[in-house]
Amino acid sequence: MQLARVIGTVVATVKNDSLEGRKLLIIQSLDAGLLPQGTPLVALDAVGAGVGELVFWCRGKEASFPFRREDTPTDCTIVGIVDSERHVTTPGSRRRR
Amino acid sequence: MIIARVIGNVVATQKNERYENARVMLCQPVDLAGRETGATLIALDTVDAGVGDLVMIVQEGWGASTAATGEPGAAIDSAIVGVVDDIDLLPEEQRTR
Amino acid sequence: MIIARILGTVVSTQKDGRLQGRKLMLVRPLNLDGTDAGNSYFVAVDTVGAGFHERVLVVAGSSARLAEGLKDLPVDAAIVGIIDTVDIVDD
Repeated sequence: MQLARVIGTVVATVKNDSLEGRKLLIIQSLDAGLLPQGTPLVALDAVGAGVGELVFWCRGKEASFPFRREDTPTDCTIVGIVDSERHVTTPGSRRRR
Repeated sequence: MIIARVIGNVVATQKNERYENARVMLCQPVDLAGRETGATLIALDTVDAGVGDLVMIVQEGWGASTAATGEPGAAIDSAIVGVVDDIDLLPEEQRTR
Repeated sequence: MIIARILGTVVSTQKDGRLQGRKLMLVRPLNLDGTDAGNSYFVAVDTVGAGFHERVLVVAGSSARLAEGLKDLPVDAAIVGIIDTVDIVDD
């Protein structure tokens, strides 16, 4: 799992039937100092996250587990909303903000 | 799936028992212009591909294992699942080839 | 999932029987501004009737097999949506 910021939304009317009704969000992964790391991805939302929120997401086949797990094609799912930036605590040396 | 050229085959007498009777091929990924790109990889052949053929390689365990051995669960991460006859590209992509 | 664009199609006669009749598309990952993310590309199986020039949503890895219509197929990437719009908030 990785920390990320929700930075946008995607609208796709035509999609695989198994994704019907699912919310698609664009996330930017963050490092321990909450700085961007890697390229943005499209994620399915399993927790009601919104744009601007700090979240964490799960990769791989496990990403389908919050949904109908044998029928949901996702490799990236938001599984938690971080209460606030203050709730991400790391040893001082890792802080780069 | 990725597209690669079969550049050789590998003989290994002593190998995981699930690889029994498998054709172990050495493959080189290529870009859209057919130029070699990235690292050479080993993939099991499932479609009677030969050296020099352009092929499609699936890089996911379940698919590779079922294609190569008929059942899941083998320690196989890459299998050749198709021989490429032709590639149709957008006109602007053909120009850059 | 990633956003990609369709570059072309692949024709393959000699292939795993489970891929028979499937549309195999060549796709290239895109940056959020719509530009190509490098020169990389891969083959993805279409499940939504995507065509040339369209921006699509691609799911990779074993999750690709979970898409409706791709059960028990040896695929590692599937096109699962055609993108209408992408909205990004400026920080």
